[in-house]
Amino acid sequence: MKFTNSPLLSQLLPAWRARFVAALILLAFGTLAARSAWLQVVRNDFLQQKGESRYSRVIELSATRGRIADRSGDMLAVSTPVKSVWAIPEDARLTPAQARELAGLLELDVRELNRRLASEKDFVFIRRQIPPDAAEKIAALNLPGIHQQREYRRYYPAGDVTAHMLGFTGVEDRGQEGIELAFDAQLAGKPGSRRVIKDRLGRIVEDVESIKPPQDGKDLTLALDAKVQYLAFTHLKQALAEHKAKAGGVVVLDAKTGEVLALANLPAYNPNNRVKLTGAQLRNRALTDVFEPGSTMKPFTVALALEKGRFRFDSQIQTAPGRLTIGNATISDAHPHGLLTVAQVIQKSSNVGAAKIAGAFAPEEMWQMFDALGFGQPMKLGFPGEVGGRLRPFKTWRPIEQATMSYGHGISVTLMQLARAYLAFARDGDVIPLSLTRLESPPLAGKSIFSAPTAREVRAMLEMAVLPGGTAPKAQIAGYRVAGKTGTAHKLEGGQYAERYVAAFVGFAPVSDPRLVVAVMIDEPSAGKYYGGEVAAPVFAQVMAGSLRTLGVAPDAPLKPVQVARDVAAVPESL
Amino acid sequence: MLRLNLALIAIVLASALGAVASQHKARKLFTEMEREQERMRQLEVEWGQLQLEQSTWAAHSRVEKVARERLHMKPPAPGQVLAVEAAR
Repeated sequence: MKFTNSPLLSQLLPAWRARFVAALILLAFGTLAARSAWLQVVRNDFLQQKGESRYSRVIELSATRGRIADRSGDMLAVSTPVKSVWAIPEDARLTPAQARELAGLLELDVRELNRRLASEKDFVFIRRQIPPDAAEKIAALNLPGIHQQREYRRYYPAGDVTAHMLGFTGVEDRGQEGIELAFDAQLAGKPGSRRVIKDRLGRIVEDVESIKPPQDGKDLTLALDAKVQYLAFTHLKQALAEHKAKAGGVVVLDAKTGEVLALANLPAYNPNNRVKLTGAQLRNRALTDVFEPGSTMKPFTVALALEKGRFRFDSQIQTAPGRLTIGNATISDAHPHGLLTVAQVIQKSSNVGAAKIAGAFAPEEMWQMFDALGFGQPMKLGFPGEVGGRLRPFKTWRPIEQATMSYGHGISVTLMQLARAYLAFARDGDVIPLSLTRLESPPLAGKSIFSAPTAREVRAMLEMAVLPGGTAPKAQIAGYRVAGKTGTAHKLEGGQYAERYVAAFVGFAPVSDPRLVVAVMIDEPSAGKYYGGEVAAPVFAQVMAGSLRTLGVAPDAPLKPVQVARDVAAVPESL
Repeated sequence: MLRLNLALIAIVLASALGAVASQHKARKLFTEMEREQERMRQLEVEWGQLQLEQSTWAAHSRVEKVARERLHMKPPAPGQVLAVEAAR
């Protein structure tokens, strides 16, 4: 039967049924249209966000921390990317074999690894900062729930030699000690981010907007000279071993510019491996520890006397019988000397002589000089933990205190302060600010403390101190004229002077035109010798001789050179 | 009228295809630039590592050890040094 002949077609239906169905269909369409208008026109942000998340990504742009170089451009601290391995413990279901392999690559104990993976947290670091080759092998294992993240790690190629100068950074690549902390604002980079469109294969095809460009940290060029630093560190280390000393420090300054060429402390540590670090190793003694400078202060007392015209370099002072009683305290010399000139007071390092000279001043005069030299206040180099030492206000000085201060007791200083104060003699009476970074041009003139003739006279006296008959003939260097002063001080323990010593030597060379100031401090030498001239002066001589040679400073002492050049055939004059 | 419409349709089509083509090209170039920038970053990292390696090899402790032990060198005695003044 054909469809057209169907009897059903001839049957008439009520018209409303067709209209009812049509209305229903229209209503359904209307609902759909309204819903889609709602989603796409009125509340479209949700869908747009969903859509964007399919192709648009925010990428973190990491910034590198600035490098630290020495004055000739040798790298002292470099950040390089490393990987940190982290896990989502819930996803990390490792077979025992996998766990063993992973632990092996991470150089971790398997039990330790399992303990971390058993954590309740959503995110655990398994090991931070592993070398790139190990990271690649771990990535190749393709373990579930184990992920890697790029971080930066700082390396210090010079190791313990520059440890105290540079300090170190934490795992977040922020400075925690030393230069790294002092110059953190300059060295640290600011990470940025950008929003991009990625295609199906994960390639970036378009920048949507640059949200934050990353800013790499700026490189830093220090005043430090890596060779001088190495000399200072190794010679100090030898001396500490030889004299069984507890600690020590060396500071080398450029007398022309005030740049800090070397700063070495012992005991030191390896900044690349700081697993077992003690407080003693961390101490930057040259800046954060104070000591009583002892006789190294005498030249300042004498300089003040010359400056004020109270004494001449050849004025005679009676130091016999080697004892002087002020109030109820007695000052004594190690060896009684008798009648000494002012110059000999320095040369022989007579406490009685210095105390008698100091008796000619008002406390205020001495205090003003010490203050001008920078004692009693931090130098504001920006170094963490830098201290100022102790210089009591002159109104509280008793006569005995003024006398002991003239030879460096009852006042405490840092090694860096002492070295800086000696700039006044190495330069013609002025003191310039110190700099940890390389200077393009030397500071013009500093704060004048003594007149140039006074500085020259004291320089001559300090030269006598290292000649035979002085306290430190061991500070001499062949080929150069050297000047300096020894210091040996009892250590204060609980307000009492103990039978322990601090041996010091501060000096400069070449005397004809001083270029370097070297200060050496050795804490508690306990192998028998403890005088500054025996313990600290040889370190001074070794560091100074090596540094002058390294820096190419011309010898100024009359020393007949072996004529190496004469053996070579003379270069013919140009035609 | 019909001819004008056909011409306009052709122009619109050509321009649309041109836009698609140039967008595609732009993306390709952009990916290439990304790749080069990534390479630049990699090279910078490598440079840093090489600098580190150089500093490690040139560490003064190592230089001194090699000079003294392998090359049997020693610092010159003061008398053996002749300072040469720079020509002015």
